[in-house]
Order: sequence, then structure tokens, then C-alpha cells
Amino acid sequence: MIISIASGKGGTGKTTVAVNLALVLEDVRSVQFLDCDVEEPNAHFFLKPHIAQNQTIYLPIPEIRKDRCTYCGKCAEVCVYNALAVLKDTVLVFPELCHGCGGCSLLCPENAIQEKGHRIGTIESGAAGSIPFAHGKLDIGQAMSPPLIRAVKKTLRPNYTVIIDAPAGTSCPVVESVKGSTLSLLVTEPTPFGLNDLQITVETLKELEIPLGVIINRSDGRDKLIRDYCQQENVPVLMTIPLDRAIAVAYSEGKTILETQPAYKEKFLNLFEQIKNFIK
Amino acid sequence: MKQIVIISGKGGTGKTLLSACFAVLVDNKVMADCDVDAANLHLLLHPEIQETHSFFGLDKAKIDPEKCTGCGECEPVCRFDAISEVQEGDFVVDRVSCEGCTVCSLICPAEAIHMEETKAGEWYVSRTPYGLFVHAKLGIGEENSGMLVTEVKKNAKDLAEKNGEDLVILDGPPGTGCPVIASLSGTDLALVVTEPTPSGIHDMKRVIQVAHHFGIKTACCVNKYDLNLSNTDQVQDWCDKRSIPLLGKIPYDESVTASLMQGVPFVEHTQNSTADAIKTLCEQMLNLL
Repeated sequence: MIISIASGKGGTGKTTVAVNLALVLEDVRSVQFLDCDVEEPNAHFFLKPHIAQNQTIYLPIPEIRKDRCTYCGKCAEVCVYNALAVLKDTVLVFPELCHGCGGCSLLCPENAIQEKGHRIGTIESGAAGSIPFAHGKLDIGQAMSPPLIRAVKKTLRPNYTVIIDAPAGTSCPVVESVKGSTLSLLVTEPTPFGLNDLQITVETLKELEIPLGVIINRSDGRDKLIRDYCQQENVPVLMTIPLDRAIAVAYSEGKTILETQPAYKEKFLNLFEQIKNFIK
Repeated sequence: MKQIVIISGKGGTGKTLLSACFAVLVDNKVMADCDVDAANLHLLLHPEIQETHSFFGLDKAKIDPEKCTGCGECEPVCRFDAISEVQEGDFVVDRVSCEGCTVCSLICPAEAIHMEETKAGEWYVSRTPYGLFVHAKLGIGEENSGMLVTEVKKNAKDLAEKNGEDLVILDGPPGTGCPVIASLSGTDLALVVTEPTPSGIHDMKRVIQVAHHFGIKTACCVNKYDLNLSNTDQVQDWCDKRSIPLLGKIPYDESVTASLMQGVPFVEHTQNSTADAIKTLCEQMLNLL
């Protein structure tokens, strides 16, 4: 089972939910944790994993073989990302624009393009207690996060309950992270911002045909805004976490909710029971 | 004419809250929302849309089942795993995964794949009580958010120049990747909004490195600084050591949520020490330019 945690809006509590859920499940089943927010991975602050492996991830980008290139311009014509420019006696490659589609090397009539690896980031993997853990770290200045997210997801263990912490937003990095999930939990907050971004995320994930559940975080009891929307969309609200300065302070100290408020263990176990019933 | 971008690395630290306040406090500017994935600034600025423009991303591949011979040559050349065989000899393109590279359409021996124009979103020019505002909405599950950000920025800049404004204020997206890089490019100052938490600080450091990598000047501010004073000191030290100006510290204040609930920029909603801290921050930021 793959449970991904997403939100649309940033800072609503994705990592908090993902980490606490993983920790309560550790006692009852085999759990793996993948932090797919490769632009800003944060789960490690709370899970404090022991990192055993560090793997560099490369994107295949073109390398021109000068001895064969006739400067015909075919490669630049093929490249929709404008990552190649052919001048009179040289070919410029812009690695940061390249998506690694391989079109230029495949279609070069002179067979003058080979691919070389362009470093985009690293994957660190290890374990937090008995939880296998992996996260990706996009290199500073790199734009292309989806290939790195794909690489993090390659470490997925088939017979585990896999918790995926997704990035904020609703575009390609989020789609890449949640693709293939058994269920996505959407963490929101009861503000117009939370609702607006929840709506976009629900629409996106419905397009991907992933079953959804909502968690309302920082609830002050006035959640009508969110609840009405969820009812209308037929998306269940599976858990509510109250607005509590103590939780915010614990977070600022790198502590989980379970560490500071053990009563939440039952709540997160109950969340998982609801998830199981829901996807049956 | 100058451009300021508000970024944070970590989401939910208060970028939009501050951008809306700057919209109230600063004259002669154009506002723009560069968080096109999950835009929120419009919820506080109440735009009246004047112009709507379609945004076309890259064309996406489509297989014509009439022409397709089911040879399957397209499937292995797609690096984005967007082509799959749903039944024997029946290949389809997953439009969400397709990154528009065109390779499948170029190699298909039956010429059964063509590229379809795809509307990937919209962008708008709006009037608000605080001046002109350029914003956008990315289509559901679309990519190319960096391209849409670039479109929003270009139009905000053109509008500011045309109307003789002094400044463009850009509310940026979270993260460090493509849309953030597009937001940063060509700006005069990046104001980084952080919070005194391990994630907030870690993400601030990363996004500042990204800004510096592209030669963009940075300044910082700490939101909810009193949640953890020792972490706030840590931010101060880190910034001091690198000569990054820390322009303001804003307290944790539950009336901020109340202002968001009502859809009102905080400095118009409440007059208290938090609002004063934001006003001081704004002055400091303008002085830095």
C-alpha cells in the first residue's frame, strides 16, 4: 500500500502527518518512508534517519562528437526545450533546459550525439529505527526535480506500507510524487488559502484517479468552509488536528507530535484504520 | 524600475501574507503572483479581471488509433513513461506524464502520432484597490509552471514600464526548482521569509544559495520569530556571518489567521505591534533598493 501526503499549499503540515503516521505504524507493520520533496526535504529532521548510502543522480544530456557533427541543425530543430543551439562551427548545450528526452541523440543523422550524465542531485537512504528511509536532494540551481523524484521512487519496497511525503504545489513534481498511490491524504488548513489550494489539488488528483482523504490541520473548530467543500466533492475528512501553539513550538524544536503529546498515537492509528476501511 | 521577489524555500512561512501587506504599503508598483501552481494572493487583493489570456504549454502527443499499427516503437523511446500498451497492440499516451518532447511523433513509422496544442493555463491583468495585479492559473496537472511564471513576470514588468511605476513586487512559489528559478531571474532583490523551525531555517539556507547561484541579492525576515527565540538567534547569526541583512522579525499572532479568514491584507485588518513590525520591514526593504 502506498499512502502519499500532499497539500497544494505549503506549510499545512504534510511532513507532520507523514512522519507521525509512519511512526505509529512502525510497531504494527513494515513501513517505508520516502521524502519526495526533493527541493526542500524536511522529514529527516523528525525521523532522524541513519544515512547509509548516498547515490548521485544524473540526467542524460547531449554531448556533441565534434569529429562527426556537420552542424546541420537537426538536433536544435528537434529540441522543444531549446536546450541546443547550433552555430556555424559549434553546438551549444544548455544543461539546465534539457529534460533528458533523448530526441537529439536518437535523431541526429550523423550519429554525432552521445549522452553523458549531468548531475542534478543525490539520494540519501538508510533507516529510521526499523523504517527504511530515502530522500532526494536537488542540487542548488537545478530546475528539474521530476527525474530525481522518479529516482527516489525507484527505491520503493513492494511489500511495505510506503509513506510518501510530497512537495507543495500541484504541478509536475506533485504529480510525479503521488502517481501510483493507493491513496492520497491531503492536509489542509481552514482558511481561504487552504480551501483554494485544496480545490486545485483535489481536481488534479481526481484526474489521476487516486482515492483521496482530507486532514484538517490547525482547526479552531470553524471548519465549515472545508467540510462543506469535502462533502460536495464526496471526499472524506479522516482527521482533524487542532490549532495549538504547543504543536507549533514542538515542531520548532524538531519534535514530533507523538513525542510531546502521546495521546495522538490513538488518533493516528485510528486514521490508518479509516484509510484501510476506505480503500477496501 | 526595480523588481522584488518574495520567496521562502519552505511553504507556509508567510510569503503571501507579507506580499499583500506590501501591496497596501507601497505606492507606484505592479503586483504579481508567481506561485502559479497554488496562487493565493488574489484572495487578499480582490482583483477585478481586466484581461484574460490563454497560456499554451508544450504540445502533447496523441496517437491516432486509425493509423496506429500497434508496432510499439514509440513506447521504449519515451523517457517519461507516458506511453503504455493498454491492450495488445493498443497504445495510449498519458497526457499528464507527457512532457511534450515530440520524440514519439518523430519516430513513429506509421505517422500515427501528432502533437496537439494544449492550453496549460490562463493569466490575467487585474485592477485591485492597490494597483495593477498580474496573476495566473495553471491548468490541472499541467507542467511548464516555470514558463507561465516567466509570462506573468514579463507582463508585470511591461505594465510597470508602460505606466511609469517604480517597482514590481512578485509573490514567489515555495521550493528551489523550476518555478522558483523562473521567479528569481532578473530581480533586484529576493526577500526570503523564514520561520524559526529546523525546516524553515534549512529551506531558507538552500533558497538563499539558489538566489546567490544566479547572482541575486538577498535579504531575510523571520516570521513567528517568538515561537523559538534560540532558532531566531541562529538565523540572525547565520545572516550576519554572510552579510545578509535581516530586515525584520514578526511575532506569532493569531489575528493573522483572522485577517486571512476575512480576506483582508493584515496591515489593513489590525493595528498592533505585528502590523508595525511588517511596516518597518517594508520600509527597510525599500531602503535596501
